[in-house]
Amino acid sequence: MASQTTTLPQQRRMGVRIERRLEQPLWLRIATPFILIAAALLIGALLLGLVGANPWVVYNKMASIAFGSAHGWSDTTIKATPLILAGLGVSIAFRMRLWNIGAEGQLFIGAWVATGFALFWLPRDTPQALLLTVMAVGGFIGGALWAFVPGVLKARLNINEIITSLMLTYVAILWNNYWVYGPWSDRGFGLTPQFPRNAWLPRFTDYSSDFPFLRGITAHAGIFLALAVAVLLWFVWKRTKWGYEVKVIGDNPRAGQYAGMRLARKIIIVMLLSGGLAGLAGMAEVSGVVHRLQERFSPGYGFTAIIVAWLAKLNPLAIVPVAYLFGGLLVGSDAIQPAGIAKMLQGVVLFVVVGGELLLQYRIKVGRSASS
Amino acid sequence: MRTQKWSAVGVLLIVALVFGACVVPQPGVPPAAPQAEAPAPAPAVGGVQIPEPVDGKFNVAFVYVGPIGDGGWTYAHNEGRLYLEQALGDVVHTAYLESVPEGADAERVIRNLARAGFDAIFTTSFGFMDPTATVAEEFPDVYFVHISGFKRNDTNFANLFGAMESMKYLAGMIAGARAQADGGNRIGYIAPFPIPEVIRHLNATAMGMRRTCPDCLMDVRWIFTWFDPDKERQAAESLFDAGADVVITGADTPGPVQVAGERGKWGIGYDSRNACDVDPEHCLTVPYWEWGPEYTRLVQSMLDGTFVGADIYFDVDSGSLGLLGFMEGQTPQPGVPAEVIPTVEELLAKMLSGEMNRFTIFTGPIRDNKGNEIVPAGVTLTQSDLEGLQGIPGREDCTICMNWLAEGIVPDAEIPQ
Repeated sequence: MASQTTTLPQQRRMGVRIERRLEQPLWLRIATPFILIAAALLIGALLLGLVGANPWVVYNKMASIAFGSAHGWSDTTIKATPLILAGLGVSIAFRMRLWNIGAEGQLFIGAWVATGFALFWLPRDTPQALLLTVMAVGGFIGGALWAFVPGVLKARLNINEIITSLMLTYVAILWNNYWVYGPWSDRGFGLTPQFPRNAWLPRFTDYSSDFPFLRGITAHAGIFLALAVAVLLWFVWKRTKWGYEVKVIGDNPRAGQYAGMRLARKIIIVMLLSGGLAGLAGMAEVSGVVHRLQERFSPGYGFTAIIVAWLAKLNPLAIVPVAYLFGGLLVGSDAIQPAGIAKMLQGVVLFVVVGGELLLQYRIKVGRSASS
Repeated sequence: MRTQKWSAVGVLLIVALVFGACVVPQPGVPPAAPQAEAPAPAPAVGGVQIPEPVDGKFNVAFVYVGPIGDGGWTYAHNEGRLYLEQALGDVVHTAYLESVPEGADAERVIRNLARAGFDAIFTTSFGFMDPTATVAEEFPDVYFVHISGFKRNDTNFANLFGAMESMKYLAGMIAGARAQADGGNRIGYIAPFPIPEVIRHLNATAMGMRRTCPDCLMDVRWIFTWFDPDKERQAAESLFDAGADVVITGADTPGPVQVAGERGKWGIGYDSRNACDVDPEHCLTVPYWEWGPEYTRLVQSMLDGTFVGADIYFDVDSGSLGLLGFMEGQTPQPGVPAEVIPTVEELLAKMLSGEMNRFTIFTGPIRDNKGNEIVPAGVTLTQSDLEGLQGIPGREDCTICMNWLAEGIVPDAEIPQ
């Protein structure tokens, strides 16, 4: 693609060429995220300096807010939980080169279904374990059905899933708004009444009467769910025939079909799982953190999850630390005002990390050219 | 090789779409709001600040829902913060966090401010009410003031709001007089949410309009947002298309005033005293908030140890509400019809002296927009009626709740359910 040759005016011809690496060496694959983050921070520091802030102080403050204390870790965990679940969700589809970018909408629908069970469709005195299970399963199914639409359109009519899944996100958000301002509204405001206590995912702080050091640690059980799904998915890719087939189809759909794999069926199942996990993320967010459904309860987790999954190279276990990193970035943004600066930093990190990831697939070759 | 190229294209496409998508639904980054006039916070370098308490001072933090450069609601609160710094001088240190989303994020932000050692925290959006209440219970030694809600705990958590309806009534009078002078009879109102606060302002405006223009009708557009420059502009366009001579906004940016100027019509802004600056020619007035004196009074009471976690609701006589062009040292905007100025001045003087207030305005007989009598002659709405309170611990329930539209609003207008 982008190769060029510079000829030096010497007798011995030297060449500087940029060429695509055929295979990334292991050290580079491991080092890539660190190189990129360092580069992003460097550029960010430059911008911070330009607006008159001391980058060192700002970065220090950001890191200490996000990771400097048990409370910081708790806040970061809260942000990482939906990012892990939704990130795992989109990674399943991406593995098959199905670009489900509608995780945000699937997350909203999952949250909506969970809210229905928490507040309206089950008796108030439903035991907590049962209620939470129903909410989780319902949230999963809700998200799955929302992804089913683009899935089936792709499988049967070959309609581009990027467009359909993205557009359905807006439908989901408006659907959500209709309910929180309309039938489920608390006194006309854009939110539902608070969930009863038995619809709350247990939080660490709920046990602070027995273990005082947990006071104020508001992270909730959703993180364990997210970690479990990550391990499970890792196992599916590594050890199961189904996971293998999805990867084969992703690399070459035609080869998959020749091998007797049922493509349309796989597309639909993969989309169902992908959307289901995003729906589960929505359930965990309303049940564990927000404790009600409200307008804009998600600050774009479903979109950030796409970046998380991509940066983690779709590796389920790598998604966890990457999600923590982005969670930390979100939480640490409180360190500097006006808020636009923090938003700009987030943008720089995304841009450098995603763009740089592509660049590192090339290498610069310096040496004598082999030609005559 | 080919598949790799494909994946690269895929990433770029996704990134493009995601960024494209992210911009639309997220509040906080104003595409059109004027940023230039946002003053630099005092202790910061180059307008940048790290919200941290300072040793040896009384540290006050403000949590804003929008950006300080919104030219409206948050701008006015930030002006109040700067006023407070100036009024109490070296005793206080203030910090702010802007564009904080309502809900779970707000709770985290408020809790972290309390944990960081701030002595008082002001939260300035309705959606911050429950998070503020929760954190106030956890930090009994920190003072909390929530603006525009109805919760409080009698000790360290108060709520604060003001009778903007009084000023809206006067703004309605000016709008009605303008429409009549132009030979028209249509006024438009941009209503953010179908909640008692907005309905109260809308009704007061309509009643003011009817006082100066008995055959005027008021159109309403519900936009379901406080801050969305595009939606606010679109609502104004739509109202002018429907024949409005004056558009009054209840939302946070001066966009509708800009639209009025583009149409050669009239606009009335909201929230902050600079809301007319975008087009003074076509801007009739602004009912605005002057939070500084109230903030200063409350922080002083914290310093004195006399603060109570009460329901605080001020009216015009507190000096914390303004009507652009009519306050001390101001002159009416050029578009205000001369014949209405003495009446407005007279009523405003009564309000400033406390002789007239929100209860005077909401005294019967008042009919709704379908012609039904809502408030019988001689009956005055109570504070609970005005706020539409029901089932709030420690407050009496409303009997004539604020869920009706006043006469003068077009008869087929409904409150969205």
